[in-house]
Parts: sequence; structure tokens; C-alpha cells
Amino acid sequence: MGNPILFLILAAVAVIAAVMMVRSRNAIYSALFLVLNFVTIAVLYLILNAPFIAMVQITVYAGAIMVLFLFVIMLLGAEKLQGFEESSKGQLWIAAFLAVVLIATFAVALIQGDPSSSGAVAGLDSSPSNLGLHLFKAYVFPFELTGVLLLAAMIGVVVLSRNSAKRGKDA
Amino acid sequence: MSFGILEFLKSLIDLTVFDYMRGVWGDQRFVEPVLDLIGALVVSTFCLLIVIFLIWLERKVIARMQDRIGPNRVGGKFGLLQTVADVLKLLSKEMITPAAADWWPYNLAPLLIVIASLLMWAVLPFAPGVLGVDLNIGLFYVLAVSSISVVSLLLAGWGSNNKYALLGAYRSIAQLVSYEVPMILSLLVPILLASSMSTIDIINAQTVPFILVVPISALIFFISALAETGRTPFDLLEADSEIVAGFHIEYGGMKFGMFFLAEFIGTLFMSGLFATVYLGGYRLFGLEEFVTGGGWALGRLLGLVVFFIKMFAVYFVFIWVRGTLPRFRIDQMLNFNWKFLVPLTLALVLMVAVVEKLPFMASLGDVSRAGVHLFANLLLGLVTLEILRRFARKQRMAQEEKLAARAAVNSGSEPGNLAPEAVAAH
Repeated sequence: MGNPILFLILAAVAVIAAVMMVRSRNAIYSALFLVLNFVTIAVLYLILNAPFIAMVQITVYAGAIMVLFLFVIMLLGAEKLQGFEESSKGQLWIAAFLAVVLIATFAVALIQGDPSSSGAVAGLDSSPSNLGLHLFKAYVFPFELTGVLLLAAMIGVVVLSRNSAKRGKDA
Repeated sequence: MSFGILEFLKSLIDLTVFDYMRGVWGDQRFVEPVLDLIGALVVSTFCLLIVIFLIWLERKVIARMQDRIGPNRVGGKFGLLQTVADVLKLLSKEMITPAAADWWPYNLAPLLIVIASLLMWAVLPFAPGVLGVDLNIGLFYVLAVSSISVVSLLLAGWGSNNKYALLGAYRSIAQLVSYEVPMILSLLVPILLASSMSTIDIINAQTVPFILVVPISALIFFISALAETGRTPFDLLEADSEIVAGFHIEYGGMKFGMFFLAEFIGTLFMSGLFATVYLGGYRLFGLEEFVTGGGWALGRLLGLVVFFIKMFAVYFVFIWVRGTLPRFRIDQMLNFNWKFLVPLTLALVLMVAVVEKLPFMASLGDVSRAGVHLFANLLLGLVTLEILRRFARKQRMAQEEKLAARAAVNSGSEPGNLAPEAVAAH
């Protein structure tokens, strides 16, 4: 598990970034804190000897998805939306309750789980070739299923944008 | 801890400085982190300083191509100190943050973009054994880190609170995100051939340099590298004549200098990556094995020289392209990427994968396998050219028909006499 001090620092940064993301009133700042959170998680993966997963985390989340988020927020000018207070009064309490439930679940899992299993995970060979072999042998069905799902989403986008373009011409 | 000058000199001959330091300090816990730190410092300082030379080189070469002399006042006949003076000027300027700008994004962006462009150098091998880390995901690391610079451009464009800056940021996102696709796909080809993403493994696999094995992949990588670094003809993101410098319009002094710096470091890195992935890096037709056999520092020096010559040869082509081509329009840029480069690269990846697994390939030697790949590549290139030719012909015919029909309507009784004004009016 690498250096415990390093882990604690990174964990603190990740948690603070996550909290700031929720607390921030500016949508752009929220997105930026989320990027920081993703990058910290990626470094955690690096400490766990999983550089491939770490780089996937950075490319896909921090690089692609968050850029898309920021792009849309900036294009729509959503950062200037005024007065988006909490939608319901009870939201804070529900959120707090759910957070407690989540932490309790983690605690139970930590207490009951086998503490030696995490070491076994860290010792695995996480090279891209090994990862690829696992993906295409043991997990080939879920992998292909995900592929079909993503393809469906892509076709959906093409169909939707085509329809709206036609409507635009008619109007 | 002792420091013997004689031992040090001896170490230069048969070891590198790092091996010597390991020998002096022994196997203490702090040795590796300290050496890593020194290495990172040396590489980053080198990158930051060589930009001074790169800018001078670019101005001089571009000037020669445009039949000018270029910088020739500061620092002798060749204006060698011109860029030094420019850097001093930039450094001595006031650091301004516009009143309407958003402080954090505005000031974070220049830092982030330089950090991203420096981080990429970690996996680039300069000479045998001289590189930051040999990650087993080397090329993927480069792509991941370079995607951070996209965030930085967006921050700069939005944080400046200026419509031209925001426009420039939109353009740059559209361009960088699009051209990342053919870049990743074209890099997949050398990865397939070397069956590894590590830069060292890719160099070791190049008995024949990959540019002779898969020239189309090299060409596509070069084009997308041009686009990713935002250089002419893909300099729409700063397009001085349209959106007055784009995302960094509100930056001045060294904050502007940081964007400039990142662009030049990025371009040099892309040249280095091209040299590593397609030109065989520090290899020189097997000569380096003759010299580096004993792990000599001199052999490493030879590797360094070879690598630098290759890197600067590619860099010269970057400058050459800038001196030759005009800027794309944004729709041309996007169409070219999505309707031409991406399909072509996908076809190329599929083809290389199939050719690599052909039944007779396993029994062939390195050179004949390279020949088969080259043949398949040339075939794909010819097919592509033929498709392009037919497409262009169809377009041209349609255009001519349209013009002819209009001319017939306009000139009435004299269809043979095409009035140029009438054509121009449409």
C-alpha cells in the first residue's frame, strides 16, 4: 500500500475536493474540483501499482468527460445561473442520513472483510497485456455487452441530432 | 561520502554520472528519490532552456524561407541573443490580472499547461538507459498527460472573461479533442507492431524504422501532432487575424510567455516522440549496439547525438510546414479529421492487425515482415488516393454542371460565351 503518509495526504485532498465540489456555488468551480478529485484518485491507483487504470482515469474522466462537462457549462452560461438554492428543505438531512449509511456500510465491510485480501490485489500483475487478457477471456461477456451499450448510445446521438437538423430546416 | 575527481572522470568513460553517484552513496534509502529528483530537474531545465534556442531557430528558418534575414542585431551577426533579450523583456514586465477575470482559473491555466508539457518528457528515451521511467504504458501516459492541457486552455479562455478568448477556447477544444482520436489510433499501429506500449520496447522492435514499415501511420501521426500542438496550418486556436490570439488574448508578460513556452516544448516533444516511435529513437542501424555493448557512457553519448539529430530533423519539418501552408478554416479542419483521417486510421489499424497475424508472417524475418507491411500500406495509400480522386471528380463535375446551367440561363442566346462577371456574381 505504498507510503501511508502519502496516502493520507492524497485521501485528504480527494475528500476536500469532493466536498468543495458539492459546496461550490459556481458550476465551473464544481467541475474543476471534480477534475482535481479524479486526478487524486488516479494517483492513488498509481500507488496501488495500477498505472494503466490510473491513466485511463485521467484520460477518460479528467481529460474527456470533464472537458465535455466544462464545455457544455461554458457554452450554456450555466455558471451564471442565479439563486439555485437547495431544491427542498429536507435535502440536507436526507443527504446526511445517506452519507452515514454509506460510511456504516464501509465500516461493516472493513471490520468483517479479510484484511489480507487488499494486499493480494496490490500484488497482482497490472500490465496492460494482462489486463487485456482478463478482459477478453474471463470478462468477455460483460465487455461485449458494454460495447453494445455504448454503440447504442452513439447511434442514439446520431439519430437525435439528425432529426433536430431536419426540424430546423422545416421551420 | 567522498568525491574523487579522478574517479569521476573515469566514471564518465565507463558509467554515467548516476551510476557513479549510486556507487558513492551506496544503497541508502534516499539515493533513488534524490537521483530521480535530479533527473527530473535536469530534463525540465533542459526543456525550458532549449525553447530559447528553438524560438531563435524558428525565426531564422522562417525568415530564410520568406526571403528575409531574420534576427541579426542582438548578439552578433546571427542575432543569437535576440530570444534571450525577449525572455528578459517578458520577465521584467508587470504581472497583470484583468479586473473582470476570474482569478483562480486565469492564473492556474499558464502553470497547468507548462506542467502538462513538461510531464510528457518522463517517458522519452534520450539514449540507451537515459530516460525518466520505462513505464509499461509509456505512450498511453503521454496521451493521458497531454489531455490535461485541454483543461488548461478551457480555463484560460473562460477565466479571461473575453469573447475572443472564449471563442479561441471553443476552437481549441474542438480541435484538440478531435485530433486526439487519429493520434491515438495512429499510435496504436507501432504499439501493435512492438506489442508493447513502452517506449523502450518500441525502439527495440525497430530493426527497420517504423516509418519504412507503416508510412501512413507516421504521416497521420505527424498531421495530428501538428494539430495537437496548434501549429500552422492548424493554428485556428490563436489565429491572430481572426480572433486576435484566441485563448491567451488577455495574458501579458510571462503569463503569456508560459503559453508560448508550452507550445514550443510540446512541439519539440512531438518531434522527439515521432523520432522515437517512427525513426528508431537513438538507434543507428545497429551501430549503437557495437558501441554501447559494454554500457559505455560514450555509447550513450552517441545515442544522445543520434536522437537529437533525428528529433531536430523532425522539428525542422514542423517549421517547414509552418513556412509553407496557409491556415485551415474551422469546418475544413473538422471535416478533414472526422470524414478523412479517422476512417483512414481505423482502416489502417484493422489492416495492420490482420497483416501482422497472416499465417506466413510468423516464419518471416524482421526485414521481410517489414516489406509485407510496407506493401500493404502502399496498397491502402493507393486505394485512398483513388477514392479521393473519384470524390473530387464528382464534386468538380457537379460544380461545372451548375455553372454551365447558370451561364446558359444568364447569357440566353449566347451559351458559348461565358461572361466572367456572370460567373463571379454567383
